[in-house]
Parts: sequence; C-alpha cells; structure tokens
Amino acid sequence: MEVKSLGEDIYEIVCGTSHYREVNSKVKELVLKGAKKVILREVYGQRYIGTGIKGKVKIEVYGTAGNDLGIFLFGPEIEVFGNAQDGVGNTMKEGKIIVRGHAGDVCGYGMRGGKVYIEGDVGYRVGIHMKGYKDLVPTFIVGGKAGNFFGEYMAGGILILLGLTKRAGEDIVGDYCATGMHGGVIFVRGEVPSRYLGKEVKVFEPDLEDMKILTKELKGFSDAFNIPLDEILSEPFTKIVPVSTRPYGRLYAHRWAVARGLIK
Amino acid sequence: MLFKKPQVAFYPFMVLRDDYKCVRCKSCVDQCSFDATYYDEDLNMIMNHHENCVNCKRCEAFCPTDAIKVVKNPSTFHPDANWTPEAIRDIHVQMLTGAIILTSTGNDKPIRNYFDHLLLDACQVTNPPIDPLREPMELKTFIGRKTDALEFDPDGVSIKTTIGKQLELEIPVLFSAMSYGSINLNLQKAMARAAKEFGTYWNTGEGGLHRDLREYKECTIVQVASGRFGVDLEYLETSAAIEIKIGQGAKPGIGGHLPGEKVNEGIAQTRMIPVGSDAISPAPHHDIYSIEDLRQLIYALKEATNYEKPVFVKIAAVHNVAAIACGIAHAGADAVVIDGVRGGTGATPKSLRDHVGIPIELAIAAVDDRLRKEGLRNQVSLIAAGGFRSAVDVLKAVALGADAVYIGTVAKLAAGCTQCQQCHTGRCAWGITTNDPRLAKRLNPDIVAENLYNLLRAWAHDIKELLGAMGINAIESIRGNRLRLRSWGLTEQENKILGVLPAGM
Repeated sequence: MEVKSLGEDIYEIVCGTSHYREVNSKVKELVLKGAKKVILREVYGQRYIGTGIKGKVKIEVYGTAGNDLGIFLFGPEIEVFGNAQDGVGNTMKEGKIIVRGHAGDVCGYGMRGGKVYIEGDVGYRVGIHMKGYKDLVPTFIVGGKAGNFFGEYMAGGILILLGLTKRAGEDIVGDYCATGMHGGVIFVRGEVPSRYLGKEVKVFEPDLEDMKILTKELKGFSDAFNIPLDEILSEPFTKIVPVSTRPYGRLYAHRWAVARGLIK
Repeated sequence: MLFKKPQVAFYPFMVLRDDYKCVRCKSCVDQCSFDATYYDEDLNMIMNHHENCVNCKRCEAFCPTDAIKVVKNPSTFHPDANWTPEAIRDIHVQMLTGAIILTSTGNDKPIRNYFDHLLLDACQVTNPPIDPLREPMELKTFIGRKTDALEFDPDGVSIKTTIGKQLELEIPVLFSAMSYGSINLNLQKAMARAAKEFGTYWNTGEGGLHRDLREYKECTIVQVASGRFGVDLEYLETSAAIEIKIGQGAKPGIGGHLPGEKVNEGIAQTRMIPVGSDAISPAPHHDIYSIEDLRQLIYALKEATNYEKPVFVKIAAVHNVAAIACGIAHAGADAVVIDGVRGGTGATPKSLRDHVGIPIELAIAAVDDRLRKEGLRNQVSLIAAGGFRSAVDVLKAVALGADAVYIGTVAKLAAGCTQCQQCHTGRCAWGITTNDPRLAKRLNPDIVAENLYNLLRAWAHDIKELLGAMGINAIESIRGNRLRLRSWGLTEQENKILGVLPAGM
C-alpha cells in the first residue's frame, strides 16, 4: 500500500491487494489529520470503504469497490470510477455515494439519509426498508435497471429508477417490486406493468408537486453523470405509493381486540 | 349464528366486586386500561364488561377497600383435554377475523423445564463448604473473546498476551433486549440505572437509543436487527458492545413486530417509519444469507467502531443450534447469545411463540459441548436467554456451560408486570409495555431501578450461597462444571444431551 500527498489536504492511496482493514484505517488516519480528499487507486474489492468516518471528506475510488461500500455512512462523499459490489449505502445516514458503473444486490438497505446515485444497473433487493421521517428523507437513484424486490418493505424516502440502460424488450424492474411498502415513494421512468408490483401499492401519474420533487432530485443525478435533465424527463414517470401505512393490520388479531369490538 | 360474539359470550375472566365494601371511588374505572370497568351513574354502581378483562389485576391492586377480585370465569367449556378453552377461543378469534393470533410474553405451555430436573451438589465432610457471608466470593464475569494461549515475559510473572475488549460483569446476569417502543422509556431508564449501579449491562433492543439514555453508554449494549431501526454511527459508538439480532426465542425465524397501536409520534421518529404502521422487521437480515455474510456484518460493525466494541450475535435456540453457534464463532463474533423456547416478546404470532424452538437448557449444553469439541469455546462467550426465573436457574445455566444469562421478563416483573400477556395491545395497565403517556406515567423509573438493583443484589447473594455450599469461591470454577449437577426424572438420552449424571450416580 502506497500513500502519497497530492498537495494540501489531498492524499492518494494505491490499494492494490492490501487488506480492507489496512486501507480503511489509513483513510481514517488521513481524515483525522485533516484530509479533505482521499483518492483510492487500484481498488480490488476492498470492503467497507468510507465506514466509520464522520465529516465532509471526499473519497474517490478507482477500480471496483467491495461489498458494503459506505455502510453506516455518516457524512463523507464517495465517488466510484468503476463498479461497486453488494450493499452500497447499506444502513447509511448522511453523505453521498456516486457510482459510475453498476452496483450489486441489497444496496441502500435500511438507508435513512443522504443520497446514492448509481449510473448503471443494480441487482436484487435494492432500496429495501428505506426509512424517512419528516425532512429526513434519503434518496436513491438508479440510472439503469433493477432486479427483483426493488423497494421491498419501503417505509420512507425516495427511490427512483430510470432505466436509461434498458434496451428494447428488456424489463426495467424485476418481480415483487414494492412488496410490503408502507411509506415513502418510488418513481419509475416509463411504465411498470402491474404484474411486477406488490399488492400493497398503487400506481399514479405524478402531479405537479411530485414533478417538482423529481426534478429537484434528478438535478443532482443529471449533474453527477452529465446527462441532460431534459433527456431524463423526456419520458413520463410512474409514481408508486403504498395503499396503506399498515398493510398487515388485518393479518393479526387477538381475543381482547375482538371482544372490545376493535376488530369487526 | 350467534346473538353475541363468542368472545363476548364466553369470556375467560370475571371481575367480582363486593358491593358492600365498594365505596364508589372509581379508582378501578380510572385504572382499567382495557375498558372492562365503568361507572353507571343512574344505578350508582361500578359495572363490568367482563369480556374485556385480561386479568392484569390493576383494579385489584388499586381498590382501597379490597372489594375486587379478578377470578377465572367459573362458567367454562365442557372439560376436555383436547378441546381446551384456549383451543376453542383461538378458533373463535380466527373464524371471525381470518387472522393470525397475535400474543406476547413467553411460551406458556407446559414444556419440560429442565432446570427443575437438575439438582446442585454440596460439600459434606470430605471437602469443606465455604462460608459466603464472611469469605470472599467472586462472581465477576468477563464477556468477550479470550486468547488461545498465554505468553509470559521472561520473568515468568507478567503476561505478555493482550486481550480484546471485554465486558466486565459483577454478576453473570444482563438485562435482555427490550426495544424502545415495545416497552417505554421509563423501564429502559430503570434498567440502565440498575445496570450502571450494580455493574452489569442493559440492551437497547432494536428500536434505537433515546437521547436521554446516552449517558449510560458504558453499560449499554446496542442492538442491530433486520429492521435497522435507529442504527447509525453515533448509535453504534454510544455503546459498550453491539449485538446483531438474528433471532429471538419467542419467534424464531421472523423479525421483530411492533404493532401499529404502539407506534406513536415519538416511536415513529426514532424508527423513521409512518405513525401507526406496524414495525415488522424483515425475517432475515437481507445482507446476511450465510455465515460468510454474517462475518461481513460483524466486521462492518467492527470497522465502523474501530474494533473497540465486542460484537454479539443473538439467535433463537433451534434444532441445529450447536452447529449454527460454531458458525457464528467462526464468523468472528465475540459472544453468542442463544434464546430458548421460553423467551419472551412484546408481540408474536402465538403459533410461533408456543411451538418453535428448543428449551434453553438443552441448547446451552449442546452449544457448549460443540464449541469445546471444535476448539472454539475460548473464542466466544456464551450468553443464554429465555425464561430464567431465579438465581438458581442462572447458576444451573452456568454449570451447564453458559458464561452469563439475559433476563427480560424478570425485569418486567420487578416493574409490576402480572404476566397478563397483553403487551401487543399497547394498553399495559402497569405502564410497562405501553407508549400511551397517561399509562406510561404509572411506571416510576426511580422505584423500578431500585427494585431491579435489589433483585440483582438478592440473586448475587443467592448464587454466592449456593457456590459456597459447593465449596467453590468463584463463578469461574462452576462454569461448564456439569459434574456438580445431577438430574432426576430424565431419560438416558436427555441426560446424555445435558451431559449430567442421574441423581444417585
């Protein structure tokens, strides 16, 4: 592992085959020394990049970021020039992750803040159990296509699927999209056939207020990847929201509630 | 079919009131949170909706003239060992609602309690017992990964080997995970205070950590469950240890379940979910489908907290618990927590509570045995949970091989719980498992903290007394020491699993 200073507050680490523990502890050490930007070169799947760091540091990753990139992220901005593996932005709270490539499964699991932009496609179970409360709203945007269980159990936040890499005849999303969703909102560019959707959601055409939110969120994505906003917005969007905040309310009962007349 | 609903016609409990003694103070009306009692102004009488009574005994406790007794309804179904009242009532609920029956607390079925079939040893003549009142007795327990071997300095006195972070317990008992939401802040406060004062730990459960409890960082175990509620870097840092919850004895194989009735504004904020929605955690952690994935999360937590916190992994005791526990040890956990079939909960489908999992006694013995055989026992501490009732249960668990024991129901009982099994309704009349501010106020954290401290003190003395009788002066010496146990009334196979000899041998 080679560490170089590239001028004021900027460092470069050539990761190679170094263990993630070595790489990450070096990054933490540099951040504590006041680094504003750390460039990681030759990244070969090192895990947990950006984890356990507080503050506004920028981390650039050249190569392939390993699993759990930015898990529990709490402030840093990570930009990956390449692909990322599973668990991007897992349980993240604050900060930003930009992936200039594809990402794997369970990205954005339990995400509760910050922004994730994936330029390409994502795997299964992306954006599941995202959360939000009032003005604490996480945003996860996928430029390409998504696998099964996209936005499963979603409880809050904004999940956007653009399908810009989709070729004719391909599906933008897999089966069981938004199954068990009970909060938040999903926007999909184009149409989503109802057979792909969980029965806990309904589909709407975005209204003016929705378009304002969409435009605001997509502006960041468009800037990050240099894709004209007009082009992204050139197709109509589908809005997916839960029918109820309590999809399984009628699935459970007990003697007292029936006796009391709370369950008819 | 029926004029009245069967729940209204055939109820389990009755509130008997001595009208001569009743002074119409209406305190029972005020105290009943299940709408079972009301005052009829025209008759100047206190009346009851017996069908709503859950036998929580709050009215009994608050009646100033002792005019009330809550009793089993003497009118019961025809005696039938197969079609018990419970079986009939469950059918009545399901035929009307088409729903899964939700319940709470722990398994209430007469599954054999092996602790009651184990007897402890004592010293007589050939080796002397120790007098615990006047001689030093050591209950100190360390939880965490121990080294494979010790290296000494050339002087032969000082130890060169360093050891990872350990939790230091003054008694091998910790307060079990009960989340903010399933119980209210008052009981969490009381547990945190008692833990801090006595020298043990409390566990946040999966509902996040309220800011008022951050000051108890040094004695707090924070939990990371599949719902990831309240989990962020600051939460992970505000802890003495981190526990990954895979499963729970009361509901192995499914995730946490906080009914929407209990999700008010405060709970919605900490869990970041809509008000009134059921907080049902995913059945699996979706980033853990294998032991290798578990290792990934364990090390994610260690990376996030600079390898400063021991990481526990909690599982329900299921059929292959010993093999799973070994996998957890291999995955890098510092402690394995196993929760037996009698483990409690704030809400669970009844079918899971009563029929899934295995008794903790057998699980401890099997896990301890297997870890030893694989040479892994020193790498993980073993914490047992699920239905522990007394210091004797704790000591027997330690003798079977556990390092420490988690208690949850005991803490609730010390806060006034009467085990009425209504935690899931969010209406707890004792103010324990409710988030209704009017009811939650009934639990005074100062008094309960004192009760809990007293309880730990009593158990510590109890354990010391038993150890002394066995001629042992440190809890270390009884751990996994099954020779000091004998069984009665068990089969050969059961004795083999427990690794104990029958009494008389």
